[in-house]
Amino acid sequence: MATPVMDKVEAESPEPADSPYITATFRIRRFNPEAAAEAYWEDFQVEIDPKERVLDALHKIKWDMDGTLTFRRSCAHGICGSDAMRINGRNRLACKTLIKDLAPEKPITVEPIKGLTVQKDLIVDMEPFFQAYRDVMPFLVSHGNEPTRERLQSAADRERFDDTTKCILCAACTSSCPVYWNDGQYFGPAAIVNAHRFIFDSRDEAGEQRLEILNDRDGVWRCRTTFNCTDACPRGIEVTKAIQEVKRALITRRF
Amino acid sequence: MQIHKYDTVIVGAGGAGMRAAIEATKRSRTAVLTKLYPTRSHTGAAQGGMAAALANVEEDNWEWHTFDTIKGGDYLVDQDAAEILAKEAIDAVLDLEKMGLPFNRTPQGRIDQRRFGGHSRNHGEAPVRRACYAADRTGHMILQTLYQNCVKEGVEFFNEFYVLDQLIVEVDGVKRSAGVVAYELATGEIHVFQAKAVVYASGGNGKFFKVTSNAHTLTGDGQASVFRRGLPLEDMEFFQFHPTGIWRMGILLTEGARGEGGILRNKDGERFMEKYAPVMKDLASRDVVSRAIYTEIREGRGCGPEGDHVYLDLTHLPPEQLDAKLPDITEFARTYLGIEPYTDPIPIQPTAHYAMGGIPTNVRGEVLADNTTVVPGLYAAGEVACVSVHGANRLGTNSLLDINVFGRRAGIAAAEYAATADHVELPEDPEAFVVGEVERLRDASGRERVAELRRELQETMDKNVMVFRTEQTIKEAVEKLAELRARYKNVSIQDKGRRFNTDLLEAIELGNLLDLAEVMAISALARKESRGGHYREDYPNRDDVNFMRHTMAYREVGDDGTETVRLDYKPVVQTRYQPMERKY
Repeated sequence: MATPVMDKVEAESPEPADSPYITATFRIRRFNPEAAAEAYWEDFQVEIDPKERVLDALHKIKWDMDGTLTFRRSCAHGICGSDAMRINGRNRLACKTLIKDLAPEKPITVEPIKGLTVQKDLIVDMEPFFQAYRDVMPFLVSHGNEPTRERLQSAADRERFDDTTKCILCAACTSSCPVYWNDGQYFGPAAIVNAHRFIFDSRDEAGEQRLEILNDRDGVWRCRTTFNCTDACPRGIEVTKAIQEVKRALITRRF
Repeated sequence: MQIHKYDTVIVGAGGAGMRAAIEATKRSRTAVLTKLYPTRSHTGAAQGGMAAALANVEEDNWEWHTFDTIKGGDYLVDQDAAEILAKEAIDAVLDLEKMGLPFNRTPQGRIDQRRFGGHSRNHGEAPVRRACYAADRTGHMILQTLYQNCVKEGVEFFNEFYVLDQLIVEVDGVKRSAGVVAYELATGEIHVFQAKAVVYASGGNGKFFKVTSNAHTLTGDGQASVFRRGLPLEDMEFFQFHPTGIWRMGILLTEGARGEGGILRNKDGERFMEKYAPVMKDLASRDVVSRAIYTEIREGRGCGPEGDHVYLDLTHLPPEQLDAKLPDITEFARTYLGIEPYTDPIPIQPTAHYAMGGIPTNVRGEVLADNTTVVPGLYAAGEVACVSVHGANRLGTNSLLDINVFGRRAGIAAAEYAATADHVELPEDPEAFVVGEVERLRDASGRERVAELRRELQETMDKNVMVFRTEQTIKEAVEKLAELRARYKNVSIQDKGRRFNTDLLEAIELGNLLDLAEVMAISALARKESRGGHYREDYPNRDDVNFMRHTMAYREVGDDGTETVRLDYKPVVQTRYQPMERKY
């Protein structure tokens, strides 16, 4: 084993590069009912490396310019699902969207996701979204005695529902759905995705019950197949396909 | 102000909190208070796996797992706790499978297992496949599965409630827990939760580092709340630096990448881990690999124009294997670096990852007021706690295991205690501390800014108490932290409102980080040896004669109001394993 030498070796000084920073305009939808009844747009000029995330820009604004700007965020790399917002008119996660991919020479618009009540700036009321999720029985149901070891499941059976296990409940899909915007009773794509995750799990025994829930007038038949949800999903889930598979299962009762 | 009364209150809804909640809700009237929606918790960011000696794919047993855990922790692990962790691991994994967790499967349909750092066959002979996994989304699947089962069990959540104070009442000379005080994000309202039992499961405190895999929200609120109330924190100098964070960003790239065959290379393309760990190579324990990376960088073999990183090379692995086993981390490389991992190596550097230390507990999850005395009604589990199963360095996959084993234990113990105990009477003005803090910050007009102090905090921590430490660097950190803590008194915020005031909460979180950073630095200064994640260049060897003991840090307040950190020590529980030199 080599003995590590702890003396610091002089690193070769890098060539002075051109500054990577640009000035981008962020046009943000602001709303604070404590201060004013109406929402409005506010522009912020941000010095930023275009390889950084929209979330980095929002932090620069909040931390160095205007502490009242309010949004949710946590993990900052697309896993926790906190920061879904409408960026340049499309639903995305702020932490997974790089500035350079947004044509930053023009103002970048940032708004709250649609279809859920705005509470302050980019924060919306997530309760209706989670209620729809809870309503589809989003948990494994099995009857009879449990095995002493794990249940067996073939790799193929496990693969059958892999896509829908990726959901992080960020609401990007549901809040991109025109049907959901117009009809608050519709379960929305995310709830159907989470029903799909169990309906097609070979270990689950409550598929029929979930299908009946989704056979409701506010259920899966409301989907108009606009594919907005699939485009919006930051996890790359084929949401519309999952909804179609649930529809097909309702017709054939095979899943 | 509202007062609520529950049997059991759980603080935090990550893996440990929800595993506790599933047990506690069955046994007692339980509330879960969480500053994030449960599925936002950072358990979801864990990737590689959860260790359990299922022996589904090759010979293995829990005794080997116990040994690896103790050796991995550089013998600072309490061996009775490690034995429980390894033994109960098997049921913990099987329980999750029965709850619905979609593990990857073997061709026979059993739970598949992969290699991970420091996990070995027969006491270090060779790597063993012990990590049960679901692609590189194991934490995501655990978080989702536990939340699903919380929905199933009807667990009562108070979402976006920040617990900011722990109520401790002294009854007949014994410190007891009376409940907690929480701040509701949506309204700014203060809530007092009186509870017979309180379980802290509020996660880590890695956000005092700049390059870190931790979420913005990991600010040690639980640790800070109990510490402020005179309870100790254990082994806070031990912090894990995960070897493979995305260069400069710190985003985690799982050790499972090396478990699947990934290799670390320096600028010459050399597989340098062969020099540092001839047997386990790239799968040596994380502290060993992180030091090796920085040694390569310091000796001029780092990559890039500034020579400040090394490569994680996956290019020799078949694209199908990367797609099936490592889909998320390969996507991170594409999204954040614009790199195609099929063909190009990924620039990485060690990233601040996990607090081995925390609120001291026994194996039932009961919080300790000193080396031996339990605080009746107070529990902790997961990263916020220190049992100590991780000692001086946690093995990969043992944290997802820890939250399940000790989350379950704490949930059961808390609810069983609540079934027999009465509520402790609330102190007078229970909300006084939180109201005082909130009002002080709302009214403050000082010139210091939260973001600036946090930047300076993170910079001094990265510079002075990271992978390599010396007396001089730690002292520099201690001095800087004293300055920052003084300046924090003059901090002011811009948002003076009540509704969703995250400006205010970031200020409170910064206060917690500053308190904990000081505890860490002072604990590190006193530990004049190198052990696990704590490496002192001025004391490069482990010193079992003087330092085979846990650090216990207490907050002391002098008559004039000055605060100091007092250090005491606690013996390590040793059962069957005698300390040996650690080689991989």
